[in-house]
Amino acid sequence: MAKFSLTVNGKARAVNTDPSTPLLYVLRDNLELHGPRFGCGLGQCGACTVLMDGNPVRSCVLPVTSAQNRKITTLEGLGSVAHPHPLQAAFIEEQAAQCGYCMNGMVMGAKALLDKNAHPSVAEIKTALNNYLCRCGSHLRVIRAIQRAAGAKA
Amino acid sequence: MPTKTISRRDLLKSSGALIVSFSFFGPVSKALAQSAGLSEDGLDPTALDSWIAVAQDGNVTVFTGKVELGTGVVTALAQIVAEELDVPFNKVHMDVGDTAKTIDQGVTAASRTIERGGPQLRQASAAARQELLKLASGRLDTPVDKLTVTDGVVSVVDNPARKISYGNLLGGKRFNVKIVAAGVGWDMKVAPGVPAKNPKDYKIVGTSVPRIDLPEKFTGEFTYSQDVRVPEMLHGRVVRPANVVSQPSNVDESSIRQIPGVVKVVREGSFVGVVAETEWAAIQAAKTLKVTWSAPAKKLPSGPDEVFDYLRDTESFRDNVTVNRGSLDAGFSRATKKFEAAYRWPFQLHGMMGPSCAVADVRGDRVTIWTGTQGPFRTRDAVAKLLAIPKGNVHLLYREGSGSYGRLECDDVAEDAALMSRAVGKPVRVQWMREDEHAWDPKGPSQLTTIRAGVDAQGNLIAWDFMDRSFPWTETEGNALLASNQIGLRATNLGFPNGAAGGGQIYTFENQKVTAAAIPWVQENEWPLRTSNLRAPGDLARVFASESFVDEIASGLGADPVQFRLRYLSSDKRPAEVLTAAAKKSGWMDRPSPAPSSGKQTATGRGIAVANRANTMIAAVAEVEVDKVTGQVSVRRITLAHDCGLIVNPDGLKNQIEGNIMQGVSRALLEEVMFDETGVKNLDWKSYPVVAFEQIPEVEIILINRPEMPALGGGEASIVPITAAIANAIFDAVGARLRQAPFTPRRVLAALRA
Repeated sequence: MAKFSLTVNGKARAVNTDPSTPLLYVLRDNLELHGPRFGCGLGQCGACTVLMDGNPVRSCVLPVTSAQNRKITTLEGLGSVAHPHPLQAAFIEEQAAQCGYCMNGMVMGAKALLDKNAHPSVAEIKTALNNYLCRCGSHLRVIRAIQRAAGAKA
Repeated sequence: MPTKTISRRDLLKSSGALIVSFSFFGPVSKALAQSAGLSEDGLDPTALDSWIAVAQDGNVTVFTGKVELGTGVVTALAQIVAEELDVPFNKVHMDVGDTAKTIDQGVTAASRTIERGGPQLRQASAAARQELLKLASGRLDTPVDKLTVTDGVVSVVDNPARKISYGNLLGGKRFNVKIVAAGVGWDMKVAPGVPAKNPKDYKIVGTSVPRIDLPEKFTGEFTYSQDVRVPEMLHGRVVRPANVVSQPSNVDESSIRQIPGVVKVVREGSFVGVVAETEWAAIQAAKTLKVTWSAPAKKLPSGPDEVFDYLRDTESFRDNVTVNRGSLDAGFSRATKKFEAAYRWPFQLHGMMGPSCAVADVRGDRVTIWTGTQGPFRTRDAVAKLLAIPKGNVHLLYREGSGSYGRLECDDVAEDAALMSRAVGKPVRVQWMREDEHAWDPKGPSQLTTIRAGVDAQGNLIAWDFMDRSFPWTETEGNALLASNQIGLRATNLGFPNGAAGGGQIYTFENQKVTAAAIPWVQENEWPLRTSNLRAPGDLARVFASESFVDEIASGLGADPVQFRLRYLSSDKRPAEVLTAAAKKSGWMDRPSPAPSSGKQTATGRGIAVANRANTMIAAVAEVEVDKVTGQVSVRRITLAHDCGLIVNPDGLKNQIEGNIMQGVSRALLEEVMFDETGVKNLDWKSYPVVAFEQIPEVEIILINRPEMPALGGGEASIVPITAAIANAIFDAVGARLRQAPFTPRRVLAALRA
């Protein structure tokens, strides 16, 4: 076990954990966040995505040691039901989920995309999210939500 | 029963705010239920108070054994309740799947929740409304027929100033009224004699009310089963062999000694699990633990071909003949043209994005379980049997998991968690790893379908002989799940047959027989090819076969596929209406298939299929591109017409249909469980791909609303025709017939060369 200082959603957090622990379990079990989710543990599905210094990373395969001195943003860091981020508001408006289990990845992946490309085409959205899996089949609504958010930002 | 009654009464004394706080899995319900001594029999369905509570502030809480699986069905049920009670939608709170507080309305599955659970809650609400009006009649000194209700306030028709709210009528008190509740589960008839509202007066049912659960799912505030954390909780992981359940002949505990935080290696029968203080320690320990498994008692089949041979050659234990009209012998003897084909369907995964997860807290002979099961009472009973305790000692609190498409009717992980918690005397959270889920998901079974048809000299289809050979669901109710099996409990029956619909029953042919044969598949030891209900069970394969075959015959006779189908669609107008609606919207050209060849590398085509799933009618047109050199198929657009009677929530229904289409494309083009004698080979998403953003089609949906009809299921019907529509579109594009799913480039190229 070792102590680590992390910056999560703008706050300094100290955790005591095995250094080999992937960031996902630190966020979920030590910091009690629900946004990033375990889907595969293999970096394949995207459900565990968080932003590290603004870039999307798969927290299920990222050792906690790699997250030190970096800014980590989780789904909770964007907004809440009371004060949703425009992207979250767009997803709600489009009713862009069924079970919602994968939606952490969709929203965080979309955030990273829109930060780089404020007005992506449908093809660009599909390319950016192609490695984020959804089993319920909410793809079309996710695309519409991202388009809506992009429109709102303009 | 008495203890629960007291609990509920205590609750009702409290304010409406408290009611709100416990309506969705709040801490009060947990504390309440944990303190309850639970009876064996559960609540009394003939007590109106078992279904509905009205608080002082007018908030209404509905207690239901139906659960939200991510389809939006609980929002739709809340609409039905709000409508019938005449209360604002946001005053209705749904308390779901708590075995101490809800009636067993059967599993949430098979698109039956709106169809069966809906009327149960509607009638309970109608009975509650009737009772509230009776109370109001006394308080306002006015006959019931001179009263009206708006937003939970009863007023006198010709003097609206005289009024009283539901909250003031009943808040803090019980109804103490008996209603009729006959039958059990899905089939229970609740308050059947109570008059309900005329659908033409509906204001809430039929509107696109936003989902109750979605906002929190986009912000991380939602609590899934995977998010449940309780005090003193430890983490467990299962250790299962990659092939069949063999005996662990040696477990080398020293192999994980170096991992900090390991609490216990749990062994019972052939069950092996690891419990640790942290999740990561449990994961590492389960991965590292050296277990020597005995040679498997029975090996898996060597691959899909052996399974198809077995399906063909093994005697069925039940033939379900759903149509037997005329005489096939007579039909075939008159036929001048005969057609025959066989279609093959693979094992497929439910493929939940979030693997199974549950928390169990076993204290002596009492158990609390938090899990995402589709059948709270089924899981409760299974865990009770596993631990050999009365089922009333098991308290299950439903927490929504990942979308499950049938998978969580077999809640294996709840049993795993219960065994591990009992072994360590503390609550244990168990989540399956990705490879556990891919390997042990009780799969949608493989199917082999053969069809023969005869056509007379005038071109009439006069003989139809359909035979589907399929495995039943080995993991059906009453049969032992994984952990139960590992401690020595065994299957008690051969399983539940994999459905019988989709075999051409939608058509009327002069001589017609449709048979679904159940081929035994229960094994002495559990193996990874265990089976269960996968979304629209069996129907995809049967409709793939029957609707491909109808297309083959139409093509053989030079007929347009839509016109040919219309000749044989039965007197019921609904199938013909969805068929023509989908064709028209897609811009269907009246011509036979295949389309004239363009000579280009990429060919385009369109195909259609129609189906009836539990009386919901669906027709889909697929437009595809086929690369004749690579064999790659792209589905460009799906146009789908859908008739499920009265529509409760149009946007919710569209959401379901879009999802069914995506999953349908995925299962048609990509999905096949691969295995050999040693086990399942595709244990991750790379080796078992599902449809991704760059592969999705455009979608056009036509909703046909029938307010004069009951509301029928919309959760899975629309996946049924997708595979057949795509197969027919591929044929239209390139003139090659795909008779084995999924339509991989290899199979497409083979069909092109055939």
